[in-house]
Amino acid sequence: MNPSIRLPGIAPLFVALTLAILGVLIVFPLGVVFQQAFSKGFAAYLEPLTQPDALHAIRLTLIVAAISVPLNAVFGVAAAWAVARFEFKGKSLLVTFIDLPFSMSPVVSGLVWVLLFGAQGWFGPWLQEHNVKIIFATSGLVLATVLVTLPFVARELIPLMQDQGADEEAAALTLGAGGFTTFWRVTLPNIKWALLYGVLLCNARAMGEFGAVSVVSGSVRGLTTTLPLHVEVLYNDYEFVGAFAAASILASLGLVTLVIKTFLEWRHSGELSAGRRH
Amino acid sequence: MNFRQADDTSASVNALEIKGISKAYGRFPALKNVSLQAKDKEFLALLGPSGSGKTTLLRVLAGLEQPDAGEVRFAGEDFLALPVRRRKVGMVFQHYALFRHMTVAQNIAFGLTVRKRSEKPAKSEIADRVAHLLQLVQLEGLDKRFPSQLSGGQRQRVALARALAIEPKMLLLDEPFGALDAQVRRELRRWLRELHDRAGVTTVFVTHDQEEALDLADRVAILKDGELIQLGTPNQVYEHPATPFVFDFLGQACRMPGVVEKGRLLIADWESEAPAGAADGAVDVFFRPDEVAFAPADGAGLSALVRGVTQRGPDVRIDCVIEGQTVELQAHGPTLPPGVTTGLSVRIKPLRPQVYATA
Repeated sequence: MNPSIRLPGIAPLFVALTLAILGVLIVFPLGVVFQQAFSKGFAAYLEPLTQPDALHAIRLTLIVAAISVPLNAVFGVAAAWAVARFEFKGKSLLVTFIDLPFSMSPVVSGLVWVLLFGAQGWFGPWLQEHNVKIIFATSGLVLATVLVTLPFVARELIPLMQDQGADEEAAALTLGAGGFTTFWRVTLPNIKWALLYGVLLCNARAMGEFGAVSVVSGSVRGLTTTLPLHVEVLYNDYEFVGAFAAASILASLGLVTLVIKTFLEWRHSGELSAGRRH
Repeated sequence: MNFRQADDTSASVNALEIKGISKAYGRFPALKNVSLQAKDKEFLALLGPSGSGKTTLLRVLAGLEQPDAGEVRFAGEDFLALPVRRRKVGMVFQHYALFRHMTVAQNIAFGLTVRKRSEKPAKSEIADRVAHLLQLVQLEGLDKRFPSQLSGGQRQRVALARALAIEPKMLLLDEPFGALDAQVRRELRRWLRELHDRAGVTTVFVTHDQEEALDLADRVAILKDGELIQLGTPNQVYEHPATPFVFDFLGQACRMPGVVEKGRLLIADWESEAPAGAADGAVDVFFRPDEVAFAPADGAGLSALVRGVTQRGPDVRIDCVIEGQTVELQAHGPTLPPGVTTGLSVRIKPLRPQVYATA
């Protein structure tokens, strides 16, 4: 616990400023989303969500997340393990690359796949010959999402695993445990809350991602629109209630993530990476 | 056949044989051609300052590090060819390395529960073994606690019980008391020695605390900069330090220049018999600040001017000037001769001087 220090006069000012900003920029707009969504009543709210296009968008969002989040969980654990447990040349370069999607515009993360697999891309002609569709298809959405959400799990695990050190694993080995046993019974339980935390953030981003996904999706209604893209399509078509209804689902997802995240931080703060809170 | 038999006997005397172990991290040499042996059931201390390679050597024995060159045999078996998990060494880490998400009982049982199904003891047998070990380390009733709910001393005892659970061929302890306060450390030290004697297992113990090493071990190996400097019983190394470094490291030291000639040692204006085997020539004379005899100014010994006498708990510190050099001597209150007071000249005779040829 840090001791709190009150700066006379400044403290109330900063608190008021923070509350005002939060209110104007977050609470009010969020309220508007739900207000607009329910503006014509509950039936009108549900109606656009039960449209085939909307249901498809929801399903597609879940599918994309269901593929990309586990992929990133596996990648995150492997990358964190490598960074935290081994010394090798180019380690700092690897860490930088893991961070790259954080600092890069998501549009670029989408565009690279178009450059590689699009009709005019490097592998485009070959893919067309073999009738494999990546751009404007689910696999493209997954690739873009994986790239954008790449750092989430790894960034959460690396500082924790560096902090914990390898002694427990070494102890398990001297006690006769093999590599896999050590991983399942010592490594994984030690990082499980941080892993869950990382997966949670990764999932929220995966479901909410717009930029990268919109580049590779082509926004084919009922085919390649995820929920965020669906919101845009509806909005551009002046279907405001539908747009806000879909947006309210995304907003709720964000709120649920926030609640679980807060719970994890409160209950297992010691087992999350110290000093790194998002 | 006879030859082979002789070989077997020597193996049973020296349980652990380390030959020419070298290990470098990049360009930094951590161990340089270290060879030493430990007898069966022996308590061996690896003593040295930080960076001396003692922990690296211990990790080589455990199998957590691979040496670049050399050989390690245990009971005649090539230890380096075995992976960590097959060496059956009980390792205790400086920061305990207890499994934080497991209870005390689960920690202790870990080595048994990870065995292959065919070798795994029955559940009731494991429970019995855990109960027995908890009793041995005097932690009965704490089996359901988590490591975070234990004190440092208790954690270290759990770590020891966990290492003993696999009935190790050898016990490796890496500064096990390093993170504990002085009081707990002394208590655990006694207890560890008793435990070693009862368990009857060869033990290698790493420490940077010379008092701990001299108090606990059957033999002490002193390392510096990755090299073995001296190996011997606590008395041997304390009374006959092989180098000035060892002398300095094992306790407080006073140092004077001197000359050895034909079996006589000359320090300033005082001549005495040189220690046995000292070669002629200029030497550095080392002696312990509390191993001196005081004599009146007209007696024999080094002439010294007492600059100050300070009582420090049970000890008395005597600051004096010998041959223009400030020397800090030590005595126990009741044994301090009456003549030694501030401003007086006295004579001082080092009782057990060690001489080393001047480098």
